[in-house]
Amino acid sequence: MKISLKQLLKISLMLFFAALSATSFAQTSVSGTVTDSKDGTPVSGVTVSVKGTKTAVKTDAAGAYTVTAATNAPVLVFSSVGFTTQQVTAANGSASVKLVESNTQLQDVVVVAYGTKRKGDLTGAVTSVSAKDFQKGNIASSEQLLQGKVAGLQVTTGGGSAGGGSRIRIRSGASLSASNDPLIVIDGVPVEGNSIGGSGNDNLLATINPNDIESMSVLKDASATALYGSRASNGVIIITTKKGGKGKIKYNFNTQISSASIVKKVDVLTGDEIRSIVNADAAKSGVNTYKALLGNANTDWQSLIYRNAIGNDNNISASGAIGILPFRASLGYSNQNGVIKTDKFSRLSTAINLSPKFFDDHLSVNLNFKYSNVVRNKVDGGVVGAAASFDPTQANNAINKNKFGDNFEWITPGPNGIPIGTNGGSVQTNPLSLIDYKNDKAKTNRIITNLQLDYKLPFFPDLHAQINVGVDNTSLSGDFRADSVLVSEYFPSRRGKSSHYEQTKQNSLIDLSLFYTKEIKSLKTKVDALLLHSFQSFVTNEKSFADYATGKDTLLSRNALINPTNKIENAIESYVGRVNLTVNNKYLITASLRRDAGSKFAKENRVSYFPAVALGWKLKEEFFKNTNIISDLKLRLGWGITGNQDGIANYDYLARYSTSVNAGASYQFGNSFYGYLRPQAYNADVRWETTTTSNIGLDFGILNNRISGSIDAYQKKTNDLLLVAQVAPGANFNTEVLANVGNLTNNGIEFTLNTSPIKKKDFTWDLGFNMAYSSVEVTNTVNYEVANYQGIATSGVNDTKVGRLYVGKSPYVFSVSKQVYDASGNPIEGLYEDLNRDGVVDDKDVYFYKKPAADITLGVNTQVGYKKFTLGLAGHASIGNYLYNQYDATSARLRDIKNPLNFIGNVGRNYLASNFSNARYESDYFIQNASFFRLDNINLGYNFGAIMKNKANLRISGSIQNVFVITKYKGLDPENSSDQGLDNNIYPRPRIISIGANLDF
Amino acid sequence: MKNNKITIISIAFFALLVLGSCAKKLDLFPQNDFTPEKAYSTASGYKSVLAKIYGSLSSTGNQGPAGAADITGGLDEGKQVAFIRGFFNAQELPTDEAVVAWNDETIKDFHDFKWTSADFYLKGWYARPIYNITLINEYLREATDAKLAERSITGAEASDIKKSVAEVRFLRAYNYWVMVDLFGKSTFITEADLIGTSLPKEISRANLFSYIESELKAIDADLAPVKTIEYGRVDQGAAWSLLARLYLNAGVYTGTPRYTDAVTYAKKVIGANYQLTHIPVNGYKGYEQLFMADNQKQKDEIIWAINCDGLRTQSFGNTTFLIHCAAGADFAEYGANGGWFGYRTTSSLVNLFADKTGNTDRRAMFTTSNFGTSNAQLALTDIGDFTTGPHVKKFVNKRTDNLAASDPDKNYADIDFPVFRLPEMYLIYAEAFLRGGTGADATTALDYMNKIRFRAYDDSYGPGNVGKVNSGDLTLQFVLDERGRELYWEGHRRTDLVRYGLFTTGAYLWPWKGGVASGTAVNNKYNIYAIPSVNRVANPNLTQNTDY
Repeated sequence: MKISLKQLLKISLMLFFAALSATSFAQTSVSGTVTDSKDGTPVSGVTVSVKGTKTAVKTDAAGAYTVTAATNAPVLVFSSVGFTTQQVTAANGSASVKLVESNTQLQDVVVVAYGTKRKGDLTGAVTSVSAKDFQKGNIASSEQLLQGKVAGLQVTTGGGSAGGGSRIRIRSGASLSASNDPLIVIDGVPVEGNSIGGSGNDNLLATINPNDIESMSVLKDASATALYGSRASNGVIIITTKKGGKGKIKYNFNTQISSASIVKKVDVLTGDEIRSIVNADAAKSGVNTYKALLGNANTDWQSLIYRNAIGNDNNISASGAIGILPFRASLGYSNQNGVIKTDKFSRLSTAINLSPKFFDDHLSVNLNFKYSNVVRNKVDGGVVGAAASFDPTQANNAINKNKFGDNFEWITPGPNGIPIGTNGGSVQTNPLSLIDYKNDKAKTNRIITNLQLDYKLPFFPDLHAQINVGVDNTSLSGDFRADSVLVSEYFPSRRGKSSHYEQTKQNSLIDLSLFYTKEIKSLKTKVDALLLHSFQSFVTNEKSFADYATGKDTLLSRNALINPTNKIENAIESYVGRVNLTVNNKYLITASLRRDAGSKFAKENRVSYFPAVALGWKLKEEFFKNTNIISDLKLRLGWGITGNQDGIANYDYLARYSTSVNAGASYQFGNSFYGYLRPQAYNADVRWETTTTSNIGLDFGILNNRISGSIDAYQKKTNDLLLVAQVAPGANFNTEVLANVGNLTNNGIEFTLNTSPIKKKDFTWDLGFNMAYSSVEVTNTVNYEVANYQGIATSGVNDTKVGRLYVGKSPYVFSVSKQVYDASGNPIEGLYEDLNRDGVVDDKDVYFYKKPAADITLGVNTQVGYKKFTLGLAGHASIGNYLYNQYDATSARLRDIKNPLNFIGNVGRNYLASNFSNARYESDYFIQNASFFRLDNINLGYNFGAIMKNKANLRISGSIQNVFVITKYKGLDPENSSDQGLDNNIYPRPRIISIGANLDF
Repeated sequence: MKNNKITIISIAFFALLVLGSCAKKLDLFPQNDFTPEKAYSTASGYKSVLAKIYGSLSSTGNQGPAGAADITGGLDEGKQVAFIRGFFNAQELPTDEAVVAWNDETIKDFHDFKWTSADFYLKGWYARPIYNITLINEYLREATDAKLAERSITGAEASDIKKSVAEVRFLRAYNYWVMVDLFGKSTFITEADLIGTSLPKEISRANLFSYIESELKAIDADLAPVKTIEYGRVDQGAAWSLLARLYLNAGVYTGTPRYTDAVTYAKKVIGANYQLTHIPVNGYKGYEQLFMADNQKQKDEIIWAINCDGLRTQSFGNTTFLIHCAAGADFAEYGANGGWFGYRTTSSLVNLFADKTGNTDRRAMFTTSNFGTSNAQLALTDIGDFTTGPHVKKFVNKRTDNLAASDPDKNYADIDFPVFRLPEMYLIYAEAFLRGGTGADATTALDYMNKIRFRAYDDSYGPGNVGKVNSGDLTLQFVLDERGRELYWEGHRRTDLVRYGLFTTGAYLWPWKGGVASGTAVNNKYNIYAIPSVNRVANPNLTQNTDY
């Protein structure tokens, strides 16, 4: 054995210290090298520990180690991430081992409901995405990290607003009126909903810094979700944040700057086109009213509201251990501008994790503390629409600067002109005024903290008890201000308006659980069981303040509260039992039962049980144990019942009376006015919606998991569907109440494939692909038989309903009139086909045409690594989904150009084709194929490796988000977060270019 | 051992927590709402519910002008389920008295006689009266003598509540009258029908007629005598007026005319100390004052009005609608801050007046600064064009005392909506007499007509007594025309035209009747509205009207 001088010195020193510390024992020194079994390269950083002691060392860069042991032939344990742990008895002072690369896919630990599981032991449909696989680029809100990554998961951003929310759907959701949002669990604390009220919904997932997230598990089938019982029907997303580690403190700093710009604008007419339309119309009618209103400009109002938006994101974190205290702490600051001027999002966040262990590791403590402060400057939702419809013939010259600000506005003629409107405030406001003179700033403070104490009983080592106490506290406050020069806020009694709003939400949780783990060797069986009691309450406090008038530059003092705090709360108490059996490492059995009692229901309906069973059969172990071609093969079968109570207001079951909200609702008797007391509609029988899910899945891995994936088929049947149902007039205190009416069936197939076509030292290529097919069908919408039932008309423009819930059809299937076209292919206004051939075209000729839901969703991502470069691409697609182009439907008329209130407006380019003079919302002409493929992200990284004398590691990267979209859709963006498929000018999603640096030191 | 102790303590603690139930923590109640027990624990609670019952004819929810809507279900609370606006649309839009320029949903179908059972406006018009009745039934269940005693409400408070019981029964009868008139048969619920237990039954038109009649008679003794109760609440005069109106239309509702009864009750009202408003105030003539912001002063003529207030009873579907819908750029003359460029009338109504300018018969209120009554203006070339067709400036949110109306922004009107006015009773008397009712005579009938005419012509009969009616003029057609002149836009026209057999037939045509410029006869089924199909889905007990 050759030992270098350096090593000799090291050994001597070690021996010296060993001698000092353990003088009473005999000492043996063992040394050796650790190499990779595959190619013989040395493996550094392998932990070599002496079994039964606390002695451990790490291998150096050459894979060498030396360790001292108290016995002659110590058992050494070699462990390293990515390799299978090996035990070797070192008989004569040396032991060199070849480590075998572990089946990473199999060894990955996945966070599941109330615990973790090795991926290979999963029996449910669970996909876990860890930080390295997250969607790259400039991502403000956590859920977007998952976009396109998981088969059957759709994440659709609401638009391009900085920090705005998304629609998240797992397997299309299971409900209609009740919420379809999955349950989100953050470090063991289920959180309620994803929004906080006030003006506009603020997105709560944006309060979590994506950089603090370790992994996100998406639980799809009932066997995985049923442990969350009454809130699990729409799937569960478990977010786990990063934890502290062992050893030396490591720091990470990353920074990113980004620039966002608009990709596409609403296709509207130009000033010249409007002029020629109005002039032609005037020539025809001989009336010059509108011609006289025309300006000479060609103003593109849309280009005036957008900007190149710069953003930056900086995060620093430290993790390691101080003494016995493993910790991680992070600080992040993100500042994102929206592409609409003044739209802004900033987030200051910090996360601290402490995970010490006490009493010989019997007591494990895990403390998470997350704080964030999000400030959003929100722009008026009408800006995009106003820019599309504002008169392009006008230059932006102020009409009366003092009174109405710096922008062109429609004012009645004469020196004392007032805004053109029907009811005081203007009906048409310059989009720039909406930006310049309206301000809505909301601040959200959120603290999520939980403390987990896990105690292993010393005299009964198979049992451990756990307490998890968590609090999620969110408070929102905001100020809305409309300046006095704003035409829409022009009233004799006041100019402008300010209002203040506040809301807090507090969610507290206490979970007490007992875990039992036992390996019964005689039966080759591993048992692990859980018993849990949980109580969680959600309290919302709303405060209402009176509006107050504002001067141009002054903010008057805030008015007093007009309502005392309105406290709304609900609570849920649960018991959970779960047993996992692993027999012979081949058969996996899971059974669970959750009992939930919820405050949203009457006593008689308060309790419900949610069972689930799942079986796993490791076919690899059974049939292919000795082949290397098949590295993994497992069959999963699962069944379970879950519930849904989101979307039910807290007190829907209770008979109660509400008072008038304001002074404007009272009635005069004699000389006094009396406020109202109104009995509220209620449904004492309301109960949980229940979804029964069956799932069959196959996980496979081929060639040492170079190719791996899974395929799942499922059926979800939702009964007692919560629908806001029409009730017979006179049967309740409203014509609709939320009731358990109707059924829904969802069948689907999901397929995930991950491959590594090239895996060489300097060249790697990974390719991931996922696909989901889903078909949702309404199977019942009433509680009794009705002849010729036309379903429930749900969605549409004003009261023209174009979407329906109809038995046998996909939810919100479009029901429209079949447009007749002329010889040149243009629609003939108001002419529809007489589909039932009864000689009259009426509502009996409405037909079902397409649906908003996609048949197939796809996600694809690939990563190529060459030496120090990495290149990644990610995209997603949606096939078979249609949208109702509401913008075209509502702005397609001559009267929108020649507005009857005597001003000129703009319309979509589609008007040139349709030439409609009236609104024809009911026409199928506006339903368009919105299938698309979007390349979400291209990112390029370069790893400098060690810099600054090996003290740090630097990686730089650049990315482009929202690279392109391929679609036939004619509107702004085919990707729409409306379940009903109505597209009405979303905030355009920008293209974002960002560069960043990541430094580990 | 220390560890053992900790373990035992923690297990005990744990077991306690697991076993100790939190079930009680699941009984939660909204902070600012009341339980029914609490709502009715005091007399003022009763009064607030009573305010809601009356107020649901004027407001559309628990927030003014909109919000916390009473009736949702995809309906626009101000546009489709407001009582006054709905009743106005139902009674005026399909007649010669109103057309609308808007293209809102199916609103044009009403003048065109094209409405179907799927119509959302119909859904709202049906829902509102039945909703009001549901509130009333609940109140009646809580206002029994036994419940008052149980809650220790006694003395003057108890007797006021007792009076209010008769009032809400009147209001229930009134809402049912709206159902009888618009839809014929109706959902039928009384205080015996509890909430959320069973599907309501249907009642036939004839049976509902009898029910309304018996209720109105039953409450007569409990209602306050005429003009003895605080403003806003109904008295015997309102019940008699409704009976008179009901009997006048009995032939339509049941097939059996009851003209003698109509005479009886019209006479009862006429004999009860009511008078027409005559005295001009600040230049506002007697008739004008009835439809102005301070018309609560006209208690002598208005038997019952639904109260509206620009600040305290706000809604987009009460008289606020009546001022805005008729106004365009001339909104200032309506005392409004903007026009909605929507509703006008037809030349058929205007032509009932010999002098359309309003200079002689003051009731001809068709001229504003922007619009006159020239032949060109009267020609309704395009319903969708607000600038064509005669305009109506009857409801005006200005005060006779020239003080400001209560809403400084002039958004919401103070005008109370008159449901029963004395002239209607005169007209019922005359018509019932002409149709053979006994207990009336020609001289009195003629006298009543001339009382109306005398006031209309500024306490004269106009130049050369053109306004005076002579005995030879007193025909059924004259009474109908006089009803048009006196009561237009007050929600009578459809009922009148149906009673006269002119609503659907070719015997009387007006511009754009049935969607044709010169007017056309339409299917007789339109004499009553369709039962909204969505209600029939929700309640299979309901049957459809013929031919819908």
